[in-house]
Amino acid sequence: MSWTEVGPLADIPNKGSRVLVTKDGDVAVFRTAGDEVFALYDQCPHKAGPLSQGIVYDKRVACPLHNWVIDMESGEATGPDEGCTRTFETKIENGVVYISL
Amino acid sequence: MKEKLVLIGNGMAGMRTLEELLKLAPEKYDITVFGEEPYGNYNRIMLSPVLAGEKTINEIMINDLQWYEDNNVTLHSGKKVTRIDRVKRQVMADDGTVEPYDRLLLATGSRPFMLPVPGADLPGVISFRDIKDVDTMLETSKTHKKAVVIGGGLLGLEAANGLMLQGMDVTVVHISETLMNQQLDSAASDLMLEELKGKGLNFLMSHATESISGDNRVEKVHFKDGSEIDADLVVMAVGIRPNIELAQSAGIHCERGIVVDDTMQTFDPTIYAVGECVQHRSQTFGLVAPLFEQAKVCANHLAQMGIARYISTVTSTKLKVTGIDLFSAGDFNGDEDTEDLVFKDAARHVYKKLVIRDDRLIGVVLYGDTVDGTWYFQLMKDGTDVSDIRENMLFGQHHIGDSGHGAANSTDNLPDDAEICGCNGVCKGDITKAISQHNLYTLDEVKAHTKASASCGSCAGLVEQILASTLGSDFNDTPSKKAMCGCTDMSHDEVKTAIKEQELKNIPQLIEALEWKNPDGCHSCRPALNYYMLSSWPKEYADDPQSRFINERVHANIQKDGTYSVVPRIWGGVTNPRELRAIADISEKYKVPTVKITGGQRIDLLGVKKDDLPKMWADLSDAGFVSGHAYGKSLRTVKTCVGSEWCRFGTQDSTGLGIKVEKMTWGSWTPHKFKIAVSGCPRNCAEATIKDIGVVCVDSGYELHVGGNGGIKVRATDFLCKVATEEEAMEYIAAYMQLYREEGHYLERTAPWIERVGLKHVQALVVEDETNRKRLAQRFYESQENAQTDPWAEHAAKHKENYIPIKQVS
Ligand code: SRM
Ligand SMILES: Cc1cc2nc3c(=O)[nH]c(=O)nc-3n(C[C@H](O)[C@H](O)[C@H](O)COP(=O)(O)OP(=O)(O)OC[C@H]3O[C@@H](n4cnc5c(N)ncnc54)[C@H](O)[C@@H]3O)c2cc1C
Ligand code: SF4
Ligand code: FES
Repeated sequence: MSWTEVGPLADIPNKGSRVLVTKDGDVAVFRTAGDEVFALYDQCPHKAGPLSQGIVYDKRVACPLHNWVIDMESGEATGPDEGCTRTFETKIENGVVYISL
Repeated sequence: MKEKLVLIGNGMAGMRTLEELLKLAPEKYDITVFGEEPYGNYNRIMLSPVLAGEKTINEIMINDLQWYEDNNVTLHSGKKVTRIDRVKRQVMADDGTVEPYDRLLLATGSRPFMLPVPGADLPGVISFRDIKDVDTMLETSKTHKKAVVIGGGLLGLEAANGLMLQGMDVTVVHISETLMNQQLDSAASDLMLEELKGKGLNFLMSHATESISGDNRVEKVHFKDGSEIDADLVVMAVGIRPNIELAQSAGIHCERGIVVDDTMQTFDPTIYAVGECVQHRSQTFGLVAPLFEQAKVCANHLAQMGIARYISTVTSTKLKVTGIDLFSAGDFNGDEDTEDLVFKDAARHVYKKLVIRDDRLIGVVLYGDTVDGTWYFQLMKDGTDVSDIRENMLFGQHHIGDSGHGAANSTDNLPDDAEICGCNGVCKGDITKAISQHNLYTLDEVKAHTKASASCGSCAGLVEQILASTLGSDFNDTPSKKAMCGCTDMSHDEVKTAIKEQELKNIPQLIEALEWKNPDGCHSCRPALNYYMLSSWPKEYADDPQSRFINERVHANIQKDGTYSVVPRIWGGVTNPRELRAIADISEKYKVPTVKITGGQRIDLLGVKKDDLPKMWADLSDAGFVSGHAYGKSLRTVKTCVGSEWCRFGTQDSTGLGIKVEKMTWGSWTPHKFKIAVSGCPRNCAEATIKDIGVVCVDSGYELHVGGNGGIKVRATDFLCKVATEEEAMEYIAAYMQLYREEGHYLERTAPWIERVGLKHVQALVVEDETNRKRLAQRFYESQENAQTDPWAEHAAKHKENYIPIKQVS
């Protein structure tokens, strides 16, 4: 597995996210209240809303456009909504976030 | 070792308690359930539609056997508990099963009352309570013709209707002259009688049953007046009695029902009781809404959270007979101290009666047109002062305010493919299907499953109607104490009080102190909590951007393609060539695809990329602009007209006053967005009478109008008062806005807020009480001291990293 450096964990707001721009599109890198990091393709399975701009709680993010709630671990929409967005593996080493694209 | 909880009674109240308990404390108990009926738990209410052939037994199961397995609950179905040994703490069933308990929950429901007349025990004489009764009725209808239903109440009429639909010739026998006399007055009853006769039912009103006769099974029913009628089947539906024999035999204190306190505990502290078997503050029960409330409270105590109290509230009733629209709640007969408002249109079969005492609605009967039932019920539960709306309230919610047009027709008449929720494209059929497939009971549940009314919410009333007609009164319509969200059982008001009383000063502290179910809250409560913190502690609280919706977090409106729109503030809608040139230059510089004049008298720059926002704001700021807060739950625009400066009719300087008002109020956070307008004369070109507060200038001063709304549901303003000077107008506006900021629920605009608290209340605090007005205004000015820094300039200077990617990789 090859890891790409994203940047310092401190640069991602707690319960927030930053965008990583890649040649295959934007990836949303989230930081939870408990300082876990998750990464999702930055497009909601509903109508491609930018998940990076949503409200983060637990291990979930609520899409800013129509409030679908996406589980960040699996990329699946929760509750009655159905759909899935791509997830990426991440790790934190010495306060720096890495992603496997 | 886990404690053992035993539930006796596998019915609606007991099982709801277990469901609530499993949500709160899934691992706490080892649970065993006894049920006399040989099934899982089913929706008893729906027996009527089953009998009418509109549903099958499978469709009305709530918890099938698999559910018990999945939740590790042991079910002894088909076993009746015959003894409770409180000393050894164990229960015994009729087949010899013995189960020990640490806690016991009684939910034995009630038994149908059988008239003690000769022949009542003949085969073919039954009640209407469970699946077995329905089976008997369906069987009998195949081979026999004549049915007699004794009792013209809710249950009796539903039974009669079902039997008729199964092809039987049905006569309803009723002791008084009024059908459903527990729920209807005689005028409504007469209308219903006529319609039911039209459907083919026969009635014997004011008939008292003396005996039932027959050789091997029932053949005839005899009446006190000497008359008689042939019968192959007799259904008795004359009332229910709490089922307390078991509790009584174990020495648990019972009167009419098993006596419980506000925590649903019986006199034996290890034993709880819920449902129709209980008596709470001398009241017994016969509808599910209060039982579900009891279930919540009981679960809370079984989970040893120990905070909930059961308070009985008014209930409302509907009849589940297709084609009959009926709604009744509260004290609909009234007495010497009450006043009635009555509307009757016999030709259309419409009758409405509202009973009012001391300016409060205390009872409602609606027949034929029940669209406004939910609204009346809410007014009753909230105890709203209705003196201001009483003139028009009989004609329904959409006649309050003269330009409004709320939810229109009764949904019963709509076809399945009628679109109910325009935002999410949800049709009536989708909603009814979800309600029955997933056993949904509340608006929130329907929202979660179908997204109907999850967006703009304007169809919530229609969805509630569909819920009500699909479920009958097994429908928790907009409880007045509505939980804020799934994270808590507390209402907005309770949370706000707790913030003040317990001095909760930030969101994590609140989540811990009030035992939120989700440690981070959710996307629905966090923005609300952030607002309540800001408005409660304006000086100390540090705003939490992560608890704000994206628009407020980045001070721009997100668009469907992920770009943003930028709306600079244009004070009072007045601009000049220099400003316009700056906007033009900036639009060109950032290649803004669309420049649009908004409905709020300013200019919208649409399609801006997120990374460009801070740069653009810096340029706008250099040109003298501040944010227009077009994205915020905050002051939006102050619309003005040209006024006395130019207009030949203008009475005062409406433009100048509008600008002053905007300078005073901009930057303030409010529960929902807040719009103001100032018109120079009663021609009202600034549309002041559909704003949250509107000023209409007149020769002698300034009229203040409040609680208006354009948008989803138009509401014209109420007249608050008239003042003489600009200074007064400003003070009243500040005070009024502050009162709304302190009392409004998050996402509640001033129109519904005023309907909830009543105009009188606002007048009392803002107009009549001068000291209070000054205090309110003072609090407003104080919190504005911290609020009027331009967020755009600040973000452009300090928070650029929020707007750019963390990194770009190739
Ligand atoms: C831009 C504008 C339409 C236009 O092109 O003219 C507009 C655009 C939006 N309106 Fe509006 N409303 C605009 C004037 C109005 C008006 C007219 C007015 O203010 O005089 C109304 C009716 C008056 C009222 O609010 O009572 C109006 C009633 C709504 C409503 C319904 C509110 C209600 O209480 O029923 C919503 C939905 C909501 O807020 O939940 C809404 C929501 C929206 C949102 C924010 C939808 C959204 O969440 O994305 C739109 C944002 C577009 C954007 O990115 O700029 N907009 N909207 C207007 C901006 C005015 C401004 O200068 O700030
Ligand atoms: C046909 C019909 C239509 C109705 N329509 C409506 C309506 O539209 N709206 C509304 O709000 N309400 C309606 N109701 C009333 C509603 O169904 C009841 O209020 C509700 O079911 C009561 O719940 P409960 O749990 O207290 O009792 P039940 O649901 O009756 O459950 C009690 C259970 O305990 C079992 N049990 C009793 N004793 C023992 C024992 N010793 N051992 C083991 N098990 C035992 C019983 O067999 C029963 O299954 C209707 C009722 C009927 C019958
Ligand atoms: S601008 Fe307003 S009316 Fe127009 S589509 Fe958006 S929300 Fe609807
Ligand atoms: S695009 Fe995400 S919810 Fe619609």
